[in-house]
Amino acid sequence: MMRAQSIFTILKNKYISTGLIIVLVFVFMAILADIISLYSPVDPAGPPLQPPSRDYFMGTDNLGRDVFSRIVYGSRIMLMIVAIAVAMSGAIGTMLGLISGYLGGLLDRVLSFIMDSIYAFPSLILAISLSVALGASPINAAIAIAVVYVPTYFRMVRGQVLSIKNETYIEMAKALGLPSIRIVLKHILPHVTRTLMVVFSMNSADAILTEAALSFMGLTVQPPTPDWGFDLYKGRGFILLGYWWIMLFPGLSIPLLAVGFALISEGVSTLITARKR
Amino acid sequence: MEVLTVNDLWVKYYTISGIVSAVSGVSFKLRKSEMLAIVGESGSGKSTLGLALLNMVPKPGRIERGEVILDGVNILKSSPREIMKIRGSRISMVFQDPFTTLDPLRKIVDQFEEFLIEHGVDKTRARSIIKEYLEAVGLPERVMYSYPHQLSGGQKQRVSIAMAIALNPQVVVADEPTTALDVIVQKQIMDLVDSIKEKYKSSIVLITHDLALALERADTVMVMYGGNIMEYAGKTELYGNMKHPYTRGLFEALPRILQKTLPKSLPGNPPDLRYPPPGCVFHPRCEFAMEKCKSEKPPLIEVSKDHIVACHLYG
Repeated sequence: MMRAQSIFTILKNKYISTGLIIVLVFVFMAILADIISLYSPVDPAGPPLQPPSRDYFMGTDNLGRDVFSRIVYGSRIMLMIVAIAVAMSGAIGTMLGLISGYLGGLLDRVLSFIMDSIYAFPSLILAISLSVALGASPINAAIAIAVVYVPTYFRMVRGQVLSIKNETYIEMAKALGLPSIRIVLKHILPHVTRTLMVVFSMNSADAILTEAALSFMGLTVQPPTPDWGFDLYKGRGFILLGYWWIMLFPGLSIPLLAVGFALISEGVSTLITARKR
Repeated sequence: MEVLTVNDLWVKYYTISGIVSAVSGVSFKLRKSEMLAIVGESGSGKSTLGLALLNMVPKPGRIERGEVILDGVNILKSSPREIMKIRGSRISMVFQDPFTTLDPLRKIVDQFEEFLIEHGVDKTRARSIIKEYLEAVGLPERVMYSYPHQLSGGQKQRVSIAMAIALNPQVVVADEPTTALDVIVQKQIMDLVDSIKEKYKSSIVLITHDLALALERADTVMVMYGGNIMEYAGKTELYGNMKHPYTRGLFEALPRILQKTLPKSLPGNPPDLRYPPPGCVFHPRCEFAMEKCKSEKPPLIEVSKDHIVACHLYG
């Protein structure tokens, strides 16, 4: 009963529910792409450069491909890269933050120095140079994005560990003879998860924009694979000729999905601060 | 028969602003089912001494010298793995503030069980131990399934005590176990500590700033000041025959029923242990201070049997 109640309070938060709806729409779109899309995303579906109509409700591009189908399939690559990137940076950043904060000493100083150096770089430029260095592919783009965001998790987790490890119940756990690994995983990590959730969704929103930028520069997928960022890039030459729909729809999807994650993050953080009071 | 022997223990904190000598050459012996009270003001090194008994002085503190021998084993020389086995099972600790000693996110039973399983108790046995010891500290069984925030301060302290005694350790270090609680609960908790001593034959190191409590409950009393032993004697001996000016000062500072005047206070502040005064650490506040006290550290003098005083007045 407790659990059902808390899920209800979470959903009652308008930020979270709106954000969740947006994100879930895109997720279902990605999962059910084969059913939703009316045409193949890579083969011509009709005459080129058709404006939005009943047959092509986001129009067709210069090669006659259905823009809507490309948006639907494009969500797959976007969500996949973002999910892999966020999961990797979250896992690595959290783990290093826990170790660094709990053990302290020289290791902590070295790790903090490395993380601060990464953090000091403009994130987009770092992501671009990393992906150029690794070579253009979806997985390399995910790795590049992950590296850029590791310090975000690291700094947050380390800071929390530093304050939690001075609590008496940690001292008590030590006095009862519990080993450090247990203390860190069972008595410190659970106290970090709330804040981690905020960072997680905030970070997803950020990662979407970075992924879009990488795609825009052609650093993720090879054409003709549908991809929002790359379609945006290709569409830009046609907008001055009056074919606005080629660029508009991918250009709308990217910020919309990012806003979805940002809303969830905002909602979770207001919930947490409200709980504390 | 000694359960715990401490020989010439030195603990220092290496802080940025200087080296703090928190414990300077403390030695004592603890017999089976004896209660030793360590009395001192804030900053007298008593809590550090308590932590040193479990070899868990926090950074930047370091145990410089000395031995802590528990049941024939020098804890300070044991490996980290051995230490973890010893903590909780042969020597354990009860902390000052019960409101923060339990993990707020986990049920009592989970925390308790985790600790027992870590020490090699199997799950079914762990359950029965938890029930037995919660009952022993006077808590109903339903407390098991509570979260710490659902319990009162006194109940939480009882839970901590139950955990501390569950594996029947030879020594329980209780660091001001009643300071954060109100007077009625203080008495109940101290009665509980007393009964544990009787029932489980554990030896108890009671760290407190309350000389009255020490004289009421303990078997032996050790008065500490500025990291040094000032006086060390059996309770009745100390009560009837206080020697050290500091002990007497503490005693006169106690409020008394039927006394019409205010209790005397001890002027001055405890020393800054980064720069301990030369000679006797107490001499700046001592009304009997002599020239000798400013230059020479007083040795521990046995004034009568098992009554030790560190003061030049008796030299």
